[in-house]
Amino acid sequence: MMNLQSETLRKIDEVIPHYPVKRSAALPLLHLVQEDQGFISNEAIEWIAARLELQPINIYELVTFYPMFRQKPIGRRHIKVCRTLSCAIMGGYRTCSEFQKQFGTGLGEVSPDGEVTVEFVECLASCGTAPVVLIDDVLHEKVDAERARELSEKIRSEARASRGNT
Amino acid sequence: MPAPEQFRLIFRHIDEPGYTNDLDCYVRNGGYETLRKSVARKPEEIVDDVKKSGLRGRGGAGFPCGVKWTLLDRKSGKPIYLVVNADESEPGTFKDRYIIHKDPHQLLEGIMITCFANKVERAYIYIRGEFPEGAKILEKAIAEARAANFVGPNILGTGYGCEIYVHRGAGAYICGEETGLIESIEGKRPYPRIKPPYFPAVLGLYQCPTIVNNVETLCHVRHIAERGGEAYSKIGTPNNTGTRILCVSGHVRRPGYYEFEVGKITMGQLLNEVCGGPLPGRSFKAVIPGGSSAKVLKFGERYKGKRKVGAEMVDYDWSLEDIPMDFDSLAMIGSMGGSGGVIVMDDSVSMVEALANINAFYSHESCGQCTPCREGSLWMKKITGRMVHGQARAEDGALLKSVADQIAGRTICAFGEACAWPTQSFVAKFGDEFKAYPESKKAKRADGVPDLV
Amino acid sequence: MIQPATPDLITVTIDGKEIAVPKGTNMIEAARRVGVDVPHYCYHSKLSVVGNCRMCLVEMGLPAVDPATKAPVIDPATGKQRVNWMPRPTIACATNASPGLHIRTTTPIVKECREGVMEFLLVNHPLDCPICDQAGECKLQEQSTGYGRGYSRYIEQKNVKPKRTVLGPRVMLDDERCILCSRCIRFSKEIAKDDVLGFIDRGSYSTLTCYPGKKLENNYSLNTVDICPVGALTSTDFRFKMRVWFLKQTSSIDTESSAGVNTTVWSREGVVYRITPRENDAVNDTWMADSGRILYKQIREGGRLESIRVKGSQGDLDHAAKAAAHLLSGGRVAVVGSGRSSVEEQFLTKKLAAAVKAEVHLVSRVGEGDKLLVTADRNPNIRGALVTGLASALPSASLGALGAQIDSGSVTCVVAVGEDLVAAGITAEQLAKVSVIYLGTHANPTSAAAQVLIPTLTVFEKHGTFVNQQFRIQRFARAVPAGPGATDDLLALSRLVAAAGGPWLGSDVGSLWATMASEVPALATMAYGNIPDTGLLLDSTPWAGLPFAEGPSLHFKPAAPAAKEAPRG
Repeated sequence: MMNLQSETLRKIDEVIPHYPVKRSAALPLLHLVQEDQGFISNEAIEWIAARLELQPINIYELVTFYPMFRQKPIGRRHIKVCRTLSCAIMGGYRTCSEFQKQFGTGLGEVSPDGEVTVEFVECLASCGTAPVVLIDDVLHEKVDAERARELSEKIRSEARASRGNT
Repeated sequence: MPAPEQFRLIFRHIDEPGYTNDLDCYVRNGGYETLRKSVARKPEEIVDDVKKSGLRGRGGAGFPCGVKWTLLDRKSGKPIYLVVNADESEPGTFKDRYIIHKDPHQLLEGIMITCFANKVERAYIYIRGEFPEGAKILEKAIAEARAANFVGPNILGTGYGCEIYVHRGAGAYICGEETGLIESIEGKRPYPRIKPPYFPAVLGLYQCPTIVNNVETLCHVRHIAERGGEAYSKIGTPNNTGTRILCVSGHVRRPGYYEFEVGKITMGQLLNEVCGGPLPGRSFKAVIPGGSSAKVLKFGERYKGKRKVGAEMVDYDWSLEDIPMDFDSLAMIGSMGGSGGVIVMDDSVSMVEALANINAFYSHESCGQCTPCREGSLWMKKITGRMVHGQARAEDGALLKSVADQIAGRTICAFGEACAWPTQSFVAKFGDEFKAYPESKKAKRADGVPDLV
Repeated sequence: MIQPATPDLITVTIDGKEIAVPKGTNMIEAARRVGVDVPHYCYHSKLSVVGNCRMCLVEMGLPAVDPATKAPVIDPATGKQRVNWMPRPTIACATNASPGLHIRTTTPIVKECREGVMEFLLVNHPLDCPICDQAGECKLQEQSTGYGRGYSRYIEQKNVKPKRTVLGPRVMLDDERCILCSRCIRFSKEIAKDDVLGFIDRGSYSTLTCYPGKKLENNYSLNTVDICPVGALTSTDFRFKMRVWFLKQTSSIDTESSAGVNTTVWSREGVVYRITPRENDAVNDTWMADSGRILYKQIREGGRLESIRVKGSQGDLDHAAKAAAHLLSGGRVAVVGSGRSSVEEQFLTKKLAAAVKAEVHLVSRVGEGDKLLVTADRNPNIRGALVTGLASALPSASLGALGAQIDSGSVTCVVAVGEDLVAAGITAEQLAKVSVIYLGTHANPTSAAAQVLIPTLTVFEKHGTFVNQQFRIQRFARAVPAGPGATDDLLALSRLVAAAGGPWLGSDVGSLWATMASEVPALATMAYGNIPDTGLLLDSTPWAGLPFAEGPSLHFKPAAPAAKEAPRG
């Protein structure tokens, strides 16, 4: 059973009529479901396919094509480090290594403390302030290894605060 | 000759203290006045203005916007769609981001004027998934505009109506290709379409006539409608009219966005004066002038030939610093203006490693539909990857060029050229470095030089 | 004066050869007509055009005209209109005939394009030829030999993908061999209307698959195997069984239904290994149903009758004929003919019925049509019976009328040609009341009860013709020889006709046709050898009013609404 929040369902109902062809709502629905559930399960694929009168393969094709959709849960925070040319020549790979070292995690994994997943992404269109990092929905600019350390510390303190022990 | 001042047309209010992205601020600054005037005109007049203006697309191809609108099939009886390409993913480019986040109403006004001019009743803004804040900002802006009747069923009481919807992408560079974008909006894998027969102007979104325009281009439309096509065409240089936002990144002291009249600033003025020159102790080595798809230029090389100035053919003999930053000049000397993303590399960068980074990008982003790009981009990535992390051979440069030559011109969409040109130009201009790499890579890496792949 | 309709013909020039083709013809087809082969993978004449393999790149040119005056620009050297050749090559599959179009396929740039695409296709392709079923009919093999560079420059690691996926009950998938042409996806969506296949992941890692848990199991799944240009999709039934270059190809007809699907039977040394569709653009395009492909198994399976039996003891044809003569002489004979018999067999059956003044019954087989190639009428040749005059109406739902006649005693002898009476509605008690002469291929209650039992041939072991739902007469040929105990149907029937006091008509198809052409109005002026490979439409007007069971299917629209209940005989 898909346990989508009522707000998500409302938004789904609202977005489908934006398009003359139901299939177009596939991407918006995938975003909404992923924001709600944290990832796209097989159940979600089948649910979305049924809702849009499509076959599951039609949705499965999209989930695996677009890197922003994931089929497994990730850490509580999502750290995406740009690795394309401008960020790389300004030290993006060192930034990523620092994050990985800070949380003792490999790429694309959930860190041992469950707090982060660190991934590389392609150009985030902020090359003038390289290296850049997206943490969840917030862009951080000029993130060298030192700043990466600071941001990791901030993530950890935010985690402690949300757990109730400061 | 000193560099000219910036001409902040599109970016007038970016970084202006106190300027906010809400409707009130925009209207206070004269916003939507042009829309008000435009909906009282004949749509064909606005199309004419855009043609006269000489505006060329700012997304990368530099195709004349007025011509694109003229190619629309207006007789089919099918609805006409406008798709706004806000997928800004070309490496080195970072201009649409600021328009969307900081001055979204300028984009909306440009969209509405374009829609009115082309009798469009529904527009989709395809915004890349990695701009989640931007999507929210646009949706809020659209809601504000709708409340003020600048968007919606009855624009400013004229009876003309047009809706705008925001559609988020999910991390695919190929969605920046116009037909890939259309396929993505249709909910399918974004495989670009074969042209012929699927020209968007005839068989676009839902097989209806469609215009696909870049964010910055649509902002220019507002300014063209405001001051008139003739007047706009006087900005910039002949055939390269208006302004463009140049995005400089990499090894300069002051990277960032700078808006200049097209063709009125040279590469040298841009990099040395405006951007402060190379980092301390370094010297410029290479620059990619139009987003990573553009062919690389090598500092120290010269460009000679004849070019048309006015009615005459005139000799030119340029260093890299002399090149005017306009579409035609950059194309003439063997690169392109592209999306305006200027990536600067200094002497600390190994061109082999830089190419490995670029090849990794293209092979990751290849949609996989057609054989040359799908297999060729990955092959090139494996070669440069092997060169950097494994066994490099002196002949690998020649092999890379040969593979790239088999891709360009043979594919469904321009991604073939986009992934082939970097390899072709890097090997052509820095071939010696490729030949020497098997030995040179054994030397200890200098401190502070980051990995690129 | 009313002009007869002609297709718009447009002249295009391919490698200097001019040809006039209908408007809309693409350049692969046009080139084929002048004997020029344009290599391709993703293009298929019956599927939508996607242009993704890029193998069919050719040079295209248009006649040069003066931009101002539109007058042709003449090349002084040749005296002909100059051709402006496009700088970029274009794909032939998506280039349709337009006036003055010129195509070149033999220039250096086309050669380079082909070598380039071939090299790219082979870069991640596994070296599976020695173990791959597609060898010998593989487009990659053929086109790399014909158009490839001949050597590899690739020293990197090849992509690894799932290698033996059971995609469905009849289809095996090897993703490493797949060249991502998408023919199978387009077929499943556009023809089989079963949107179950798709590509996942991206770029060179793209992989063909079904959604987990779903299977490619519709009744047309094996067509994807036929159209797959490489050995990615293979038939599980045929897997590892035989190299295709050893196989002999014989043209045949699928007997599954009245669609009359054209087939090719592949055999070696008397053993059939597989059946594939044969192209007939008027009947089945390039498709056939999976259920028709396994029919070759009946050659050996299901209890094949092995020897002539007279009153339970083994005998020969003379014994059988003598015994039959005796049984038939008593009168009160009924003949049960078959919609699965060939036209020639039905002609002889009619002669037999006439000789013994017997009433003829046919057995109905009606199922649900799938609107594609399996029609509602599961007899392949009811119309043959109509054409030859063996029957004048469609068969009844069951043989109830015959059963009543048996019960009343007005029928004491039944000749059953290839039909099991019990399956058709005769009870065991009724069967016991009559003496049976049975001609057929497989054992069943009727063959067990027969006084005279003559084993005959399957469609794969004889020649003949069938008439399909379109009233198209089509030939089938012998693919494999029969076993020693079986008798050719025409020989058996002719002996029975003679035994019943009728004329000797011979068992040779050719000479039999001479007789048929003279006696059957619909077949007048025809000769067996002159029937084209794609069949010949007969005049169906004499039977236009009959309530045929078929609904619309591929290349067939019924003239009148299909019968809802079983037709009355």
